Amino acid sequence: MKNILKSAVALLSVLVAFTSCNNTSNSNAGALSSSAAEKVYVNPGEHDEFYAFISGGFSGQLSVYGLPSGRLFKVIPVFSQDAEKAYGYNEETKPMLNTSHGFVPWDDSHHPDISQTNGVIDGRWVFINGNNTPRIAKIDLSTFETTEIIEVPNSAGNHSSSFVTENTEYVVAGTRFSIPIPQKDMPIKDYKGNFKGALSFISVDPEHGHMDIKFQLIMPGFDYDLSHPGRGKSHGWFFFSTYNTEEASTLMEVNASQNDKDFIAAVNWKKIEEYVNNGGGTMMPANYAHNVYDESTHSATSTMIKEVLTVNPLDVPGAVFLMPTPKSPHGCDVDPTGEYIVGSGKLSANLTVHSFTKMLAAIENESFAGDAYGIPIIDFEASLAGVVEQPGLGPLHTEFDGKGNAYTTFFISSEVVKWKLGTWEVVDRQPCYYSVGHLMIPGGNSQKPFGKYVVAMNKITKDRYLPTGPEVTQSAQLYDISGDKMELLLDFPTVGEPHYAAGCPADLIKPRSKKLFKLEENNHPYATKTEADTKVVREGKDVHIYMTTIRSHFAPDNIEGIKVGDKVYFHITNLEQDYDVPHGVSIIGANTSELLIMPGQTETFVWEPKQVGVWPFYCTDFCSALHQEMQGYVRVSAANSSTPLRWSLGEDIE
Amino acid sequence: MKTPLKLIAILFTALLLNCGGKEEKKKEGFSYEKKETTVKKEVKKDESIPPSKQIDLTNKGIGPITSLTLDDKIDQKMATHGGEVFKKLCTACHRVDKKFIGPAPKGITERRSPEWIMNMILNPVEMTQKDPLAKALLMEFNGAPMANQSLSEEDARAVLEYFRTLK
Repeated sequence: MKNILKSAVALLSVLVAFTSCNNTSNSNAGALSSSAAEKVYVNPGEHDEFYAFISGGFSGQLSVYGLPSGRLFKVIPVFSQDAEKAYGYNEETKPMLNTSHGFVPWDDSHHPDISQTNGVIDGRWVFINGNNTPRIAKIDLSTFETTEIIEVPNSAGNHSSSFVTENTEYVVAGTRFSIPIPQKDMPIKDYKGNFKGALSFISVDPEHGHMDIKFQLIMPGFDYDLSHPGRGKSHGWFFFSTYNTEEASTLMEVNASQNDKDFIAAVNWKKIEEYVNNGGGTMMPANYAHNVYDESTHSATSTMIKEVLTVNPLDVPGAVFLMPTPKSPHGCDVDPTGEYIVGSGKLSANLTVHSFTKMLAAIENESFAGDAYGIPIIDFEASLAGVVEQPGLGPLHTEFDGKGNAYTTFFISSEVVKWKLGTWEVVDRQPCYYSVGHLMIPGGNSQKPFGKYVVAMNKITKDRYLPTGPEVTQSAQLYDISGDKMELLLDFPTVGEPHYAAGCPADLIKPRSKKLFKLEENNHPYATKTEADTKVVREGKDVHIYMTTIRSHFAPDNIEGIKVGDKVYFHITNLEQDYDVPHGVSIIGANTSELLIMPGQTETFVWEPKQVGVWPFYCTDFCSALHQEMQGYVRVSAANSSTPLRWSLGEDIE
Repeated sequence: MKTPLKLIAILFTALLLNCGGKEEKKKEGFSYEKKETTVKKEVKKDESIPPSKQIDLTNKGIGPITSLTLDDKIDQKMATHGGEVFKKLCTACHRVDKKFIGPAPKGITERRSPEWIMNMILNPVEMTQKDPLAKALLMEFNGAPMANQSLSEEDARAVLEYFRTLK
């Protein structure tokens, strides 16, 4: 009897051991499987294959990661002040954050999208939306700096943005919240029928990328959630998901979830563009900021624009249609061929896929089920291509691998589900840790995705990393999607809170990346191009210091004759002309951040000395073995003193 | 319990007194006395000639310039251009005829080969790591690195021509 028991126990333990081994390799492959480790390991000194641009959400920035390693390379301040780079702190970039509401040093950055040429990612610019005080920014991928921000008038909660058409003709910005247009003092309860939603088409200059609002389509007062361009056969159209077609203004989580179906709005922007080019539309008064950073002057200017062209959809027949889509769709994603428009009804059990071809036929045959404020509603069945039946709970966003597969995130059931376009069958699923929001396949929003990896951006982190108090890092996960089954390769932390991402092969960006600014091309009005030109100039209470840096000294490094009450501008030019030799600077008591000045660049910070004394300044970026010697003094005298203005460096000292 | 406390108090007072004592001795400024004997030794040695004064016309240095023959006549136009480049990109650290952050270029063509001079301009990082003379110069000048100012080969050649006029 004992023997039997013994062997039974032995057998059981062997079984348990096997089972647990199995579990380990299945659910936790990333940690133990050497093949997964090899797939994400980039040898020291070697480069990642892809760049991933992951939005910062409430931190207002855009972060740059390498894939497959998940290494963080840079945090680009966009709608945020960044003490590291002095963005939003120095005199040159403060105008970037100007708006019609004044200086707004923060925003909620959501959906980066990379510029395209002929439907393929071209790696020139990234566009990203600021949600809260509606803005669209452009980041130049030769410098990885924010070079332009345009405010979007008549918009609120700029969320169904900032997606580009297939030749970057437009970057599109749709409002999430509908509002009175123009704004006015009125009762909130009168929302229905009176509030409107503006969809803005911002043209992008093909040469330098400058943005200009071409027109705003003034739509019914729904919430416009996300959008994507048509491509290939559907190029010329744009698709917007909507919710709150109930037009509720209170207790939205209940009141905006009443309708069985909301809409995906299909907008024929080519048709509206033609209408506008022929003089159509109504110019209305507006007030919005257009901020442009000039790389030759290293300075931004902010211009207020006073009017915007609006278009009433009813004035352009055949340009706007509504496709019923179940239950408050979030994602509105177009496959690489441009045929399928996938609606992720976030409260629906199914995914709804519309066919562009069927939509056109329905319009042709006028298969309409009614209208909303005069805009035709296409019969649900007429544009329906298919339904992915019960793939998971809480679908949000779909991307494509270019091989006929789609990958959809499910927030509630916390997973990525792979399914086939055309047959609508689910072929694989992988859990996410935890509660995934958006996902990204490099090139996913284009005709040519690079279907090797998918990055899932999770909303909840909990126990994935060492705890860091109540607030934890944001968790992203990398899956290999090159095979039939998805394989979880890597967890990596991100700077919060990623909402969306765009990616592309590194080879598109690497060769164009700028290493320094040429001194001879520096047209900053306060640039100092040689030490012989350094000087200090007093203009009343304003004092301009024309200073230079090179390893490892400031010129001048001794300054006298500054007085309490002066406003002192330090205009610093970095004379270095070698890659990766920035210098930094600050002075005791400056009410702003340091400067971090790239080779050949000029930057300015303001110092208003409040106390008499001799105050040191120093280099804040380790620049050479003599970095610690890179320092200087400013003598501050009483306001009524007669200390003469003098400056010197080394041998020149009298 | 009380005794250790007292002890600490006494120690602390002593420490304070000690600090006070030091302050009384405070001098204006300070001087560092070098040992004369060491200096004399250095002068006697042959290697005591500072690297910046040493003459080595055979060393071509390390970099893109392997062989360069200078015309007997100075190309004035090129030298003028070289002077402009020098003023623009080099004067932050070099004064023509006196030691500054780096050595003075005056007379350098009598001390260095033309190849060495151009390689020092075009390839300073590798030079100061590998070339014995450049390494010694780095130490002579307090470890201040020669900055790579990304000159074109043409501009570096012009700077060399300008140096030939500095005699």
